[in-house]
Amino acid sequence: MPVHKPRVAVWKFASCDGCQLTMLDCEDALLAIADKVEIANFREASSAVVEGPYDLSLVEGSVTTPEDVRRVKEVRAESRVLVTIGACATAGGIQALRNFADVDEYRRLVYAQPQYIETLATSTPIADHVPVDFELRGCPISKAQLLEVISAYLTNRAPNVPNESVCIECKRRGNVCVLVAHGTPCLGPVTQAGCGAICPAFHRGCYGCFGPQGSPNVPSMLKELGELGMAPLPMYRVFRTFNAMAPAFRSAADSAVSEEDAP
Amino acid sequence: MIERTIHVDYIARVEGEGALKVRIRGDTVEDLELKIWEPPRFFEAFLRGRSYREAPDITARICGICPVAYQMSACHAMEHALGMRVHGELRTLRRLLYCGEWIESHALHIYLLHAPDFLGYPDALRLAKEHPEAVKKGLELKKIGNELMQVLGGREIHPVNVRVGGFYRVPTVNELAAIRPALERAMGLAEETVRFASGLSFPNIEEDYEFVSLRHEHEYPMNEGEVVSNRGVKIPMSEFEDVFEETHAPYSNALQSVHKGAGSYLVGPLARYALNHDKLLPRARSIAREVGLEDVVRNPYRSVIVRGVEIVQAVEESLKIIDAYRPPDEPYVEPPASFHASTGAAITEAPRGMLYHRYRLNEEGLIQEAKIVAPTSQNQKRIEDDVRHLVSASLSLDDTALTDACEKAIRNHDPCISCATHFLKLDIERT
Repeated sequence: MPVHKPRVAVWKFASCDGCQLTMLDCEDALLAIADKVEIANFREASSAVVEGPYDLSLVEGSVTTPEDVRRVKEVRAESRVLVTIGACATAGGIQALRNFADVDEYRRLVYAQPQYIETLATSTPIADHVPVDFELRGCPISKAQLLEVISAYLTNRAPNVPNESVCIECKRRGNVCVLVAHGTPCLGPVTQAGCGAICPAFHRGCYGCFGPQGSPNVPSMLKELGELGMAPLPMYRVFRTFNAMAPAFRSAADSAVSEEDAP
Repeated sequence: MIERTIHVDYIARVEGEGALKVRIRGDTVEDLELKIWEPPRFFEAFLRGRSYREAPDITARICGICPVAYQMSACHAMEHALGMRVHGELRTLRRLLYCGEWIESHALHIYLLHAPDFLGYPDALRLAKEHPEAVKKGLELKKIGNELMQVLGGREIHPVNVRVGGFYRVPTVNELAAIRPALERAMGLAEETVRFASGLSFPNIEEDYEFVSLRHEHEYPMNEGEVVSNRGVKIPMSEFEDVFEETHAPYSNALQSVHKGAGSYLVGPLARYALNHDKLLPRARSIAREVGLEDVVRNPYRSVIVRGVEIVQAVEESLKIIDAYRPPDEPYVEPPASFHASTGAAITEAPRGMLYHRYRLNEEGLIQEAKIVAPTSQNQKRIEDDVRHLVSASLSLDDTALTDACEKAIRNHDPCISCATHFLKLDIERT
């Protein structure tokens, strides 16, 4: 039986390129990874393309055009394992804010010739279109979690990526709780860990860029934010930003404001 | 009459998705379109109704390669609207954070995206198999840039520590001192990068660019200054839209800028260096002299050397800042408690060139209108001009060789297509 190195492909849909850059930012591990796998399709980094099928596809970005709807099915068909990387691929990204607005108006606001722009009315996660094997969270994803996912799939085991809250990570880091000690509104209790609790380490409240944790208590979070003096509209906006379509954050935003006050 | 069309469907080693279509009839380039098919994400639209405080984090998501640039332009534009001034150590710390992004982004482009073109490899990973030392040095330099952003910003992609008025928390003297040894090593690596880059072989091409960049009285431009060009532009940044305008071509999802009444222009390292080489710090100036770099570089391929010089500059400045650092009393300047409706605009120098932001705010500090002009939108027309000249002069090449040459000409300018739409597919059509 011929043995070939596992073939890894990196795909891009609507995104900022930050999650695929995370791969290039693994400076110490990058050449080691390149030694163990064949980087078969990674357009941002290479002009060489090896035809599929691929053992592992990392997919960045959300689906926002009719062409994307077709292409994501092709990517799935060519991939043994498909992992989405980042908030865009996993929850539609910040560009999913169009889902709550009139995209024709958006088109007119940004472009002088809106008729040249082909776009869907929605920005949707990859899992809305094809089966996904694993979703890696974050805006952007964490290097350590990316390396864990690549290692796991190359050795046929499940990735060890806990869905616990940022609070757990924050305690481990030894941060002082900004919410309790400083009264700073912080989404740590309802947000999934993985970033390293960096915002609290910089005296800032978590703003939820990894999306909802496994079992978020949203009503309690909203109550706490209100008691800390956060007004309904800012509360609505903080949930409706980088992971607006993640179900728990979507309903949190809706609960933060009464229907008539919703923007 | 022989007709040729050449198609490049997906330009590799650029940030984002684009294509190039060239139609040649006989010996004339009839049509050339740099197509950006990166899907539109509508940032200027959904920024409406958001608080001025949210703009730095939201606009950072336009580009994972230069988030600091977006955060800086957003902060300065908001501070302009709110009548705030950020001075002293806070201003200096912003430069230090930006130096981290310049080091990282330039090292990424030189070693991982651009060097393979000169040395005949499809990518840096395959280049690394035969020249491991060069690639390892590049990765180390890139990593040090990232470390600087981690210390000041919490993480390198979409840093969390930037706010209108300054930072959430400023670093301690010890936190900055801890990164000094890495930066000292980076200085050696950066100087070697300039020597490495100047030893590459370059096609003998000169372009007649209108260079546009910021210029500051006392420093190499980054966060502040006037907008100047080698053809007489000298305006405050708030007058940018009076002199430059965006147009929208039917084949592209990106807007393209022109100098009104003059045409295409170039922003980025070549422009900054041509207009500001007298402001380089001593070691940056000395390495430029050592490798015989002319004061005005018009050969776009040689931009790889200029990026190297700018890394030396950024490392040198970082060391200088760290050595003189005294933590400010407050991590930020408090924005005013009450507002009146106002408009603010600012330009800062992203690694790829000038990044313009303008915001109109209402009396509650909510964004009513946003305008963002990214470096690659400004360079797009000028990149098309470069490629048109190249194709006209290279018609004897077969389609494969011509396609390859076109892609290289595009990569010279480190286009960031994610930014420009806020991609490249090459399509050469010979008819």
